[in-house]
Amino acid sequence: MTDPMRFVLPVAALATLPFLAACTSNTTDSSSAAGSGGPITVTSSDSSCEVSTAAAPAGSLQFDVTNSGSKVTEFYLYSADGKRIVGEVENIGPGLQGKLIVTADEGSYETSCRPGMAGDGIRAAFTVTEPAAGSQAPSEDAVLISRAQNKYRVYVQREANLLRAGTERFVAAYEAGQDAKARALYPVVRSHYEAIEPVAESFGKLDPELDLREADLEKGQQWTGWHRIEKDLWPQRDPSYRPLSPAQRKKYAQNLLDNTKILQSRISTLTFTTDQIANGASGLMEEVATSKVTGEEEYWSHTDLWDFAANVKGAEVAFEDVKPILEKRDPALAKTLTQRFAEIDRLLVQQKSGNGYVLYTQLTPAEIKRLADAVNGLSEPLSHLTAAVLP
Amino acid sequence: MGVAGGAWYADDRTTDAGATAAPATYPFRGEHQAGIVTPAQDRLHFAAFDITTGSRAQLVSMLKAWTAAAERMTQGLPAGPVGPTEGAPLVPPDDTGEAIGLSPGGLTLTFGFGPGLFRDDRGRDRFGVAQRQPEALRDLPHFAGDQLDPAKSRGDLCVQACSEDPQVAVHAIRNLARIGFGTVAVRWSQLGFGRTSTTSTSQSTPRNLFGFKDGTLNVKAEQTDDLSSYVWVGQDDDQAWLAGGSYLLARRINMHIETWDRQGLEPQEDVVGRTKGTGAPLSGGTEFTPLDLTAKGSQGPLIPVDSHVAVVSPERNNGVRMLRRGYNFVDGSNALGGLDAGLFFIAYVRDPRTHFIPLQSKMAGNDAMMEYLQFTSSAIFAVPPGTKAGEYVGQGLFT
Repeated sequence: MTDPMRFVLPVAALATLPFLAACTSNTTDSSSAAGSGGPITVTSSDSSCEVSTAAAPAGSLQFDVTNSGSKVTEFYLYSADGKRIVGEVENIGPGLQGKLIVTADEGSYETSCRPGMAGDGIRAAFTVTEPAAGSQAPSEDAVLISRAQNKYRVYVQREANLLRAGTERFVAAYEAGQDAKARALYPVVRSHYEAIEPVAESFGKLDPELDLREADLEKGQQWTGWHRIEKDLWPQRDPSYRPLSPAQRKKYAQNLLDNTKILQSRISTLTFTTDQIANGASGLMEEVATSKVTGEEEYWSHTDLWDFAANVKGAEVAFEDVKPILEKRDPALAKTLTQRFAEIDRLLVQQKSGNGYVLYTQLTPAEIKRLADAVNGLSEPLSHLTAAVLP
Repeated sequence: MGVAGGAWYADDRTTDAGATAAPATYPFRGEHQAGIVTPAQDRLHFAAFDITTGSRAQLVSMLKAWTAAAERMTQGLPAGPVGPTEGAPLVPPDDTGEAIGLSPGGLTLTFGFGPGLFRDDRGRDRFGVAQRQPEALRDLPHFAGDQLDPAKSRGDLCVQACSEDPQVAVHAIRNLARIGFGTVAVRWSQLGFGRTSTTSTSQSTPRNLFGFKDGTLNVKAEQTDDLSSYVWVGQDDDQAWLAGGSYLLARRINMHIETWDRQGLEPQEDVVGRTKGTGAPLSGGTEFTPLDLTAKGSQGPLIPVDSHVAVVSPERNNGVRMLRRGYNFVDGSNALGGLDAGLFFIAYVRDPRTHFIPLQSKMAGNDAMMEYLQFTSSAIFAVPPGTKAGEYVGQGLFT
């Protein structure tokens, strides 16, 4: 685990989704927006809404909204009936700017500024004309989106179920003093946590209680979870370490199991939007970059490569789920990401040992560097995935 | 190179003409040490020292030698009275020479005393000054997320050298370290560039390596009431020798640069709580518009509660402010090819127990920015008041 911030982002993304759309654009978006005659400027005061044009060709439209008033404002693009929101940018403070990038078909629309974020807003008719010559028709594919969301939901639930079942076995071995068995199970069971880590992190205190590392403890904070038990099973790096008593083992083991059960039951009701799935993929690769490839996550057991592989696997599943959408919108990015995942998988296979992986301490500096390079090579284009698969 | 012992830059005003109106020299002596409210220069060399002698007389003698050399160098003179090229042929010059012909660039040298000057690790009085150790001068506690390198943390003494010219700052530390051999040894040192704070309203706000303006709300030299409340140790604080001085907190903060760069603009701004372009708070306005932490957006405050500015804002922290004087650093790259870079945080506060530790704890636990930070070094020093005419640095502690 790293920090509470990561837990919040994917879930909060649901609420801020249009805002995200406003601020991240892939190259396809911006080039076609420019091709359609450049950004449309909107000036929202407390009492007026000036839109620089009332018509634009179909495709990707960019509205640059400036709040010249004294109240917080929002800008919307509505369907012709004035009810369905096609796109919105919210929370523009006085004096600040916001961007709305939206894909719109030919037809009639309404624009609306909403100073003070109350009421119906200051509305005006807006027309989207036939696409400019050479530009592609927008492709909205509700079926692909729904399929991606379902597939990812099923995957996350399956991992959570495996995690729970595995934790029961791990806890039983650990409590029974079967240390060799517990050590063998530890990285295997944790893989199911690592594969869905950003989801697990979205439940506030659960992730710190399950996955906090010793270095991340605050003064006076109780250390529980996987890494507490990890230290008890692999205490070699701390010469002054005192092993836990059977009663203490039971306490930490039951706490781990209880929290895992809560996690699994909460996950069983979750659904995911495509941007959450894509954010999850980026989040997993950030985990790899900051704590796995550096060998910091599994300080005592050195089983970092299991986590590394599980993070990558989770990211790859998320990517594969949204890939059909991406292939329609940005085939070049889809191709790049496919190649980069394959490269990292190839490097990981080289470190296979038995049913698992070599220990982090067995890697040479050159091998670690190659893995880090591959992580960067993947993470950089992956950071464009969310914007590319937004509805 | 002019007359032996004379200033070796022609004219401070013309040397810097066009670039900046900052003076080439600041007075070394005064009520407070220079280098705190002095308009932040662009370059830093910060050094922490271990005291290697057990002799109080030897330590005092070195402080006297440091005082003389520091006063000379800040005035644009060589470190020693002879000069880099003026001495006898077979004697090593008393100035190392790399600053020949350079403007001092507003060089300031600021000295501090660490907890280890008063007591060793077993609590034993080292130089007969243990009773004068201020209550607040204790090693900082462990904060969540600290991954400190012990070899780059703490120190019995420190010198902060700031100048517009990096070579001048390095020259100063190098010559002071040389004078100190046998009495002190360099424990660690840090180079910094691109001041990340303004300490005067005459300066524009610079950017840190996240690309954001940093230190907009810093305490400034012109805000004398705030300096008395938040920076200078008072007459009635526990140790009279420190009145008019301050506490220096130094924290080397590595940034996960590559990960940060992969965040969208909007998530970046939500982490900071300000816009990246102008530095305006997300509640609106321009850079110096006060934060409105209560301004509501559609899903909560416009400035997210876990954003950096919201977490550390004075109004959410009993009005506490600090004078920050940090610098960006890039120490090349790490073994994985990432930039070994970040912010070398320096802050001056009146009392770290109330003005720094609570804030740092809160940041460690609540600040969204922590995701991208790793604290790799930490130190605290008591900074004596200014050195008066005829005195040596920190004389009040030893008399």
